[in-house]
Amino acid sequence: MDLTLSPHELAFQSEVRAFIRDNLPADIKRKVEDGLRLVKDDMVRWQKLLGVRGWMAPHWPEKYGGTGWSPVERYLFEEELALGGCPRVAPFGINMVGPVIIEFGSEAHKRRFLPRILSSDDWWCQGYSEPEAGSDLAALKTRAETDGDDYLVNGVKTWTTFAHYADWIFCLVRTGSKAKKQEGISFLLIDMRADGIVIRPIRTFDGGDEINEVSFTDVRVPKDNLIGREGQGWTIAKFLLGYERTGIAGVARSKKQMQRLRTIAAREMCGGRPLIEDPKFRDKVAAVEIELMALEYTNLRIVSAENAGQAPGPESSLLKFRGTEIQQAITELLLEAVGYYALPYAPDALADGWNESPIGPEYAAPLAPHYFNWRKASIYAGTNEIQKNIIAKMILEM
Amino acid sequence: MDFTLNDEQRLLQESAERYLAKEYPFAVRRRLLATDLGFNRETWKAFADLGWLGIGIPEEFGGIGGSGVETAVLMEAFGAVLVGEPYLATCVLGVGVVRLASSPVQKKVLLPKVATGDLLLAFAFAEPGSRYELSRVATRARKNGSGFVLDGRKAVVFDAAAADTFIVAARTAGGVADSDGITLFLVEADAKGLTRRDYPTVDGRRASEVTLKGVAVDADAIVGAVDSGLPVIEWVIDHAIAAVTAEAVGIMSALNRQTLEYLKTRRQFGRPLANFQVLQHRMVDMFAACELSKSMAYMAAVRAGDRDADSRAKAVSAAKVQIGKAGRFVGQQAVQLHGGMGMTDELPVGHYFKRLTMIDTLFGDVDFHLRRFAGG
Repeated sequence: MDLTLSPHELAFQSEVRAFIRDNLPADIKRKVEDGLRLVKDDMVRWQKLLGVRGWMAPHWPEKYGGTGWSPVERYLFEEELALGGCPRVAPFGINMVGPVIIEFGSEAHKRRFLPRILSSDDWWCQGYSEPEAGSDLAALKTRAETDGDDYLVNGVKTWTTFAHYADWIFCLVRTGSKAKKQEGISFLLIDMRADGIVIRPIRTFDGGDEINEVSFTDVRVPKDNLIGREGQGWTIAKFLLGYERTGIAGVARSKKQMQRLRTIAAREMCGGRPLIEDPKFRDKVAAVEIELMALEYTNLRIVSAENAGQAPGPESSLLKFRGTEIQQAITELLLEAVGYYALPYAPDALADGWNESPIGPEYAAPLAPHYFNWRKASIYAGTNEIQKNIIAKMILEM
Repeated sequence: MDFTLNDEQRLLQESAERYLAKEYPFAVRRRLLATDLGFNRETWKAFADLGWLGIGIPEEFGGIGGSGVETAVLMEAFGAVLVGEPYLATCVLGVGVVRLASSPVQKKVLLPKVATGDLLLAFAFAEPGSRYELSRVATRARKNGSGFVLDGRKAVVFDAAAADTFIVAARTAGGVADSDGITLFLVEADAKGLTRRDYPTVDGRRASEVTLKGVAVDADAIVGAVDSGLPVIEWVIDHAIAAVTAEAVGIMSALNRQTLEYLKTRRQFGRPLANFQVLQHRMVDMFAACELSKSMAYMAAVRAGDRDADSRAKAVSAAKVQIGKAGRFVGQQAVQLHGGMGMTDELPVGHYFKRLTMIDTLFGDVDFHLRRFAGG
């Protein structure tokens, strides 16, 4: 047991740090650190820089563009990106459809899709949830019916993050009507420019417009776009669930947010002294900091086991629900920290290039929207209740 | 960075678990509860033969020279079966002080005998009014020729009745709560003027109130430097905290295992309790509390060795906060999920719960360590 970094790991860490220092555009870094809204161009600009360096998909097999790093190195890499103020790499291509294509796709699929994911030339989105299929994903109804060499797809997908940016969508669709609802599901890639696709933005109560409803009416999709076999979709979905989730806890991003909380609480005044010196507030900050430590060391324990050759298992569900609970607790403290100045709503202040002087302290404007927006974290990627169902079933065998 | 046990540590873990599962069933604990000392001297000898008593003792003094991680591995295994032997008092607190601060002569006299199981130690640091404040020492040590005379009262000294030698914190200078001016002394259990009031503790252990009235000691009884005992006490208590957090993890794992087993077998409304989602999620929360605690206990076991006292204190206090909260939750819920059976003395559940509750109190509770962590 050694909690310090080896000379090799330290060298690796400084290499990543130097790359970020020399390459991350200042305007993007500022947006990330100030909690402003990122647009597609910000994310793609950064991802292309990572792609050129060959660091876009560390966890992929090397022959498809992976880096061959150990789980510990991948963990350190993600940590540096977060602490360095880099935008989160959009997960849909790199972490979701990419690994599926590598595992289940044909050679033709790999040649066609993987390079454009690595170069960030294709933006992907995820077509899983439907109005009547949320946590009960297998209840999905979107159908793909054979029509010659094509499928005709009809149905509605929802909560689709960045559908309006996307070139492609990967969908779970129903291709058969088997007695067991999991059996008739297939994994299909659909060009977002195809006729019959309509994107309707869904406005969230924090003022955001990242998510959408995507409807399909007689959308013609070549059968070549099927990944795996017909009926293999559920197996593929489960594969994806267990894939590369070392970053799922979001420890480093939470650490960064804790730094921000401390900075803000040192500037806010309460009873004539900095808020951070108020015993009650200080204890609340300390309590969350300790919870974050416990999560961090649990994450390291899992990464170490992986490093020693153990396959990652359902314990990533623990990282997900604890990670998001802690993230939400931090957004709550940030909101509390600014007192009255949580109130002014200035949506334009959240975008870049707002020239007016801030209402209240310059850090205050994004905090309430961020708090509201982050309620999503315990809902997306399998609600926290579903994560607990998974642990109850897979680990505790209840 | 490697947060896994090495081969020797895994071996120690396996052999400890195997040995204790066989030799330390719940019936053993039940028998010990009724005895005077609360433990079995033959078991203690067996621990010595297994090499466990020498884990924290350097090889040159008859020990194994292990790290905090080995101690944590053993304490976790002890927690799982509620070992009542005075390992914490002798091997963690007592050996800790001697190893850190004693002269080579003292080490040579004391440590080999501890390793063979022939010497038991007790550390008298707390006082009736000190609560968790380690610098609040009212017991006085007055110069008397080349030695000292000790007067005062020491509170809740673990396993004092069995101890051969005490290590006593007394004030040689300064005011009652000053950081400087505390000195550590070796006092023989049969020293003239030392009296004990022995009692069982609610978690089935033994402790004593110790009164010192004109207890005379020689100069060679001084441990470490005169007036500079506090950093030694702090160092030892931080190591003890790391040890009891590991013990707590062993207890939580056992409670979770037994509770899960109960939920799977107990049927109500025509189905096993394990089928109810509300109980599944409770059980998952207990599982998570234990896993997070385990990470923190081993983090503390490693970081207790940090050279920098502030960094050590922060790490250890964070672990103690985590374990205190998690222990309360797991203990209470284990009783709750066992229903009426959870309230009986017959089942081990309540026994685990009591020890877990007292571990929160040992060396500072959640609030105390939250404040220490926050730096207030």
